[in-house]
Amino acid sequence: MVAFKLGALFVAAAGFVMANAAVYAADAPNLNDPKIAKYVAGDKWSGYVTSTPETRKMQDDDFENPSFVWVDQARALWDKVDGKAGKSCASCHGEVEKLKGASTTYPKFVDKHNDLITVEHQIGICRTKYMEADAWKWEGDQMLGMSALVRLQSRGMPVNVSIDGKNKPFYEKGREFYYQRRGHFDFSCAHCHVDNYGNMIRSELLSHGMPNGFPQYRLKWQKLGSMHRRFRGCNKNTRAEPYKQGSPEYTALELYTMWRASGLPVETPAVRK
Amino acid sequence: MAKARIKVPSSAKKGEIFEIKTLMSHNMETGRRKDKKTGELIPRKIINKFECVYNGKTVFSADFHPSISANPYLAFSCRATESGKLEFRWTEDGGAVTSETKEIQVS
Amino acid sequence: MSDTVSNVAILDRRQVLTAAGAVAVAGFVMGPGFAFAKPEDAAARVKEATGGAAVKEGRITIQLPQIAENGNTVPVTVSVESPMSDADFVKVAHIFVDGNPTPDVASFHFSPMSGKADFSTRIRLAKTQNVIVVAQMSDGSFFTASQQIKVTIGGCGG
Repeated sequence: MVAFKLGALFVAAAGFVMANAAVYAADAPNLNDPKIAKYVAGDKWSGYVTSTPETRKMQDDDFENPSFVWVDQARALWDKVDGKAGKSCASCHGEVEKLKGASTTYPKFVDKHNDLITVEHQIGICRTKYMEADAWKWEGDQMLGMSALVRLQSRGMPVNVSIDGKNKPFYEKGREFYYQRRGHFDFSCAHCHVDNYGNMIRSELLSHGMPNGFPQYRLKWQKLGSMHRRFRGCNKNTRAEPYKQGSPEYTALELYTMWRASGLPVETPAVRK
Repeated sequence: MAKARIKVPSSAKKGEIFEIKTLMSHNMETGRRKDKKTGELIPRKIINKFECVYNGKTVFSADFHPSISANPYLAFSCRATESGKLEFRWTEDGGAVTSETKEIQVS
Repeated sequence: MSDTVSNVAILDRRQVLTAAGAVAVAGFVMGPGFAFAKPEDAAARVKEATGGAAVKEGRITIQLPQIAENGNTVPVTVSVESPMSDADFVKVAHIFVDGNPTPDVASFHFSPMSGKADFSTRIRLAKTQNVIVVAQMSDGSFFTASQQIKVTIGGCGG
């Protein structure tokens, strides 16, 4: 009796795990479709390729794309003097357009900060160290907007991170994270995004996990969100313990996943489901 | 972060029907979510009314309920009759109003 | 003895699992613990909006995706055929749904200066359901159209 009940429980609990792991083939996206040509580089494609026409339309038009509420706000903050040093972003950088191409090489090791840093870290350093202003929260509206504004300047340019030199150990750490099984489901990132991209996991079409559109507006979030928030979501979905936004683990993972996206255009701010 | 984005042509021919697009930043709190920490219901706070006023005359308005998505988006049409001002008003639960104005030249 | 204890414990854990699943689904769009409106509630709201007058099919086009990628933000475009003249125009168009906690979504009030009785917006849909549009013309007549939309729930949310 006990054995039977326990068995039933096991099936009930495992059913969810198994159903999640029941991956099956979907219609492969047609990579020759001219509408998606911009979002394909060799055998890589971004989530735009598998988005519905409605979601693509929201990304295609900067007015339809709600991310631009945050971008507009960041554009106003760019010129705003803040902090004890009496500086704005513009005091050092001039017009934001001058940052064209800058984000394509992030994350990168910066000697004077002696660490691998993301665009968000750089904005944080600018604010606290050079402007002597209050730090912005990683997932706050100002940080999301500013990161999106900075990365937007490189929109359409290929992701071009380095995995050599001082970046190398971080790349290796990120790769290790990517292939490490973790959590209750015992999944690694690679199980979904390397072994099974293009296949369905229940009702979900697995992507390549390309991060070239962050911060992005997700229909689910109903707001702009960071790449590290998405990492947390993935980790939680596989019932693994998520790391903090901006943590060394996720920063190394950002380098590794950005390297995977090498050659794909910066899509920030993308719109995804 | 109440901020509106509005797209209106700066000029139009008399009689022409033009499109207006608006997007208001607002999380449209439904009143049905619970605070994860306290377990308390988060009170409803949505934009419940949108109005488009053309030279003092309301030409289009909308009543919103919580089933309207966050950052409410609205596209609609308007007939160009005369040069002047288009005023857009969003009213939040509790009565706070955000208003923006755009000029249009009609020839 | 141990049998009984084990059974109770197991049932409790199963119930917890079931309850957690139910909350996860219900909480997806509209928050935990609330019942969805029934089709009858939507029908009742249609009746209220029309004052029980006759409602004809037609004149309304609803553009909705067949399957919503995410129920939190579903684009919808509606247009109502009308000359939009001072004598003959669409006064109001309501959107109702029959699977959200409440049937009301929005009402759009037009005037002859609207030129066209059309609009686009984005709506929240808690599950697969019908989207119903009811339009009132300036002569007091009513038209309606409806469309079912499938909403996928769950998956890799993040």
